[in-house]
This record gives sequence, C-alpha cells and structure tokens, in this order.
Amino acid sequence: MSRSTPLREVHETLGATLTDFAGWLMPLRYGSESAEHNAVRTAAGLFDLSHMGEIFVTGPQAGEALDHALVGNLSELVPGRARYTMICATGGGVLDDLIVYRLGSEEFLVVANASNYERVAAELTARGEGFQAEVDDRSDQYALIAVQGPRSQEILSSLTDADLAGLKYYAGLPGTVAGVQALIARTGYTGEDGFELFVAAADAVSLWQELAKAGDGYGLRPAGLSARDTLRLEAGMPLYGNELNAGLTPFDAGLGRVVRFDKPGDFVGRAALAPLKDVPPRRRLTGLVARGRRVPRHGYPVVLLTDGTVVGEVTSGAPSQSLGKPIAMAYVDTNLSEGLAVDIRGSHEPVDVVDLPFYRRSK
Amino acid sequence: MSSIPEELSYTKEHEWVAGLDDGLTVTVGITAYAADSLGDVVYVQLPEVGGTIEAGDAVGEVESTKSVSDIYAPVTGEVVEVNQTVVDDPSLVNSDPYGEGWLFRVRIEGTPEDLLTSEEYVTVTSSEA
Repeated sequence: MSRSTPLREVHETLGATLTDFAGWLMPLRYGSESAEHNAVRTAAGLFDLSHMGEIFVTGPQAGEALDHALVGNLSELVPGRARYTMICATGGGVLDDLIVYRLGSEEFLVVANASNYERVAAELTARGEGFQAEVDDRSDQYALIAVQGPRSQEILSSLTDADLAGLKYYAGLPGTVAGVQALIARTGYTGEDGFELFVAAADAVSLWQELAKAGDGYGLRPAGLSARDTLRLEAGMPLYGNELNAGLTPFDAGLGRVVRFDKPGDFVGRAALAPLKDVPPRRRLTGLVARGRRVPRHGYPVVLLTDGTVVGEVTSGAPSQSLGKPIAMAYVDTNLSEGLAVDIRGSHEPVDVVDLPFYRRSK
Repeated sequence: MSSIPEELSYTKEHEWVAGLDDGLTVTVGITAYAADSLGDVVYVQLPEVGGTIEAGDAVGEVESTKSVSDIYAPVTGEVVEVNQTVVDDPSLVNSDPYGEGWLFRVRIEGTPEDLLTSEEYVTVTSSEA
C-alpha cells in the first residue's frame, strides 16, 4: 500500500498519472512529460517532492554529531547555507546522498531520499550517541514543493517579501510565501535555477495553488517524476539506486570530493575510505550519447563494438529533449573512451562518450 | 477515459486492427489507452515490408521516455506497408493513435483468431486500471 503526499488530490484533479515510487504514490506526469521537461528548461515547473525525508538534528553538538555521522564537514557550514553530502556505511558504501541545511548554530535539516530516510534517521540517531544532539525525523509533518526553471524567481517573488535575489545557490532562509511559513532554499535537481520550499504538510495544498496561480502568466507547469528524472540526467546528477548504491563508495561514483578527511575527529567510513583516496577506480561514471534512436536504459551492458566484450553497465538512460538524442550515464572501464556500444535487447547500438553534464544552463 | 472506437478489433496487447470487414489487407496500430500508458513515444521499430508475421509474435517495439514495449502481430500474414511517417515522428502515436499514428498493414492469411470487440477490449483496459 503506497503512501500519499498531502497533494495527492491536487494531482488527481490535474489528471496526473500516478505511480509508486519508493513506496509513495507520486505523479509520474500530468500530460506530456516532454512538455513538462521543456517547461522547466524554458520557463518553470512545479514539483511535489513531499516524499523526501526531513530529519532535524539539533543541540549544542549537532554539527559535531553530523561530522561524525556523515562524510562531509558540516560544523564549518555557515547558518543559512546548504551542502551536498553523503552518509556511508563503516565499509565505505554509500547509504544515501543528502542535502544538509544549517538553519541556526544548533539546528540542521538533513534532506534524504524517500527510499532511504528511515534508515538515515536510524543511523543518525545511533551515530549521534554521546553527542549533545537530538535527531528528529519530521518527514511526515513536512511537505516539499519545488519551483524550478529560469522564471522561478519572478514567480516566487510575487508571493514573498523574502530577499530572493540575495539568496545564493545552496542557501536557504525562513520566510513567508503566500502567507505560509516556509524554509525557502535555492536548491534543486534539474540543472536550472530554482527553489525548494519546505512547509508544514497542512499548508501544502494552498501553497501549491498559489504558486500555480502566480506562475500562470510565466508558463509554469506542474511537472512529474518522469520529467524530474530526465532533467537531472541531462544535468549529470546522480540518483540513489542508479548511480549510487551501498555497493559503491563516493570515490567509485567520482564524488570523492564530498569526503572530507581534513575535518576534525573520526567519522563513520573513514578507515575504509582513506586508502581509496588516491586509487583510481576500475570504472568511471561516464556520459554516453547514442548515435541511433533506441534508448540505453538502466542495467543494459556497455560493450566493445569490435567484439562485444562487456566493459560497463548503464545506470540511467533516457531520450534527451535538450540534445535530441538518447543519453545515458554508465559505469565504464576507465581507459575506454571510444569504440563503445550499448547492448539494447541483443543489438549493439553505437554510443559516443561525452563529458558530463550533458546539459548546462546558460547563466 | 481513452477512446476505443467501436468499429475496430483489438488484442489484449493493446493493438487495434482495422479493415477486417472489407477485404484482405488490415491496418494495425496501438490503442489510445496503450499510448497514454506509455507516455511520450520517442521511437517506433516496425516489421519489414515483405516479411511474414505470425499472430502473437513480437514484430516491433514502441519506446517512450520511461519504457519500451513490444508490438505483437495481431494477425498472421505478409507485411505490405509500414507507416514511415510515424517512424519519423513517433509522437503521432500519442496525438492520433487511430489515424496518422497507424503502424503497418498486413495482407492476412486465413481467418484472424482471438481478436476482441471494442466492448471486450473495454473490459481489458478497465481490469488493468
């Protein structure tokens, strides 16, 4: 039985196709997912992300507790700023990727993936023992609504007095949006400028409707998980369960920069990760563009065009609106950058290796 | 509710068949219900003209943003024409599944079996919903 967000009826009224995602009934698309994708690239999209987890860590040693529990240096984070980080197992495998917001000197908000947040909350609680810090999973009390796209700031500014122009990327500030108390964050998962609004679950419907109304003249569209996935793939952003999993370390994923060996004290995973720091991984997360029109998808083998030897595996793939061709991310043996194909249901379709991301917005 | 024209025949695999009444050549496509379920269609692979297909065989594929599905031959016979327009613009499967979005034509051999009436196909779609 899937769980519903506070916005389920709104989605149903909009005619959304709902799908189960990580145990949640979420909008996959409202109409054409390509139109939703393009709206975010050219105007703005409105997303319900209430399935994400919101875990609060508070207390005089909240920063130290997070430094111990996560691979990043969170105690150095300035209040009002956010950071992308990870929680790893003792053996170094990635348990989840996270965004941590420092709300005050003794208050942090950890945002975790829907599929993982219960585990993350349990790990934070266990790892926080001995620190003067409280871990409180408030995921059920919060809704998360995102406005993403180049027109986001204009749309949002009509509903709030908050200083949006002064709000930097990866920063957040408390404010009132359409009469609703919110944490306004300049973060996202689309490769565009945009905002994520954390609000009380009870305020979600009215905030959504006010945003939809405000965005009417700007080309704002509600956008589902299908568009979110193609947007983040074009932007080269990893998805837990695809590019990241407990069998891979941050170094395997090419994200070793998030592991901060320079921070004070020990942290969970340090002993396992330290020796990997300067060891090149066997495979590298690689961008692929298909020459044909068939789409490489999650789990398909990457092979040598010459003899079909398997040299990698696709982690995510989709038709790209921005490139007009199918794109994919794949783990591929590090020394290979040409002569590759993807085994698409038995036929070896040639692909070209490109640098990630596939899409970068013009500033 | 997706449209299900009364005059067409259907399969459980969500193909439609037109032209059974007036002769030997039928037109095949996928239903509006199937197109809606797939989402935006981005690639269509069709059988080759001149090839023989057998009812129930996978003879092509329809690929959308999120998924890929086989196209099954609804009838046995020879493929006499494929819709090159839909190959070039697969979005026609979404915008006009029973018209411009048709897929291929088959000169049928024998009497087609196991096809569904529109009423029977409604039952198939409502049991999946």
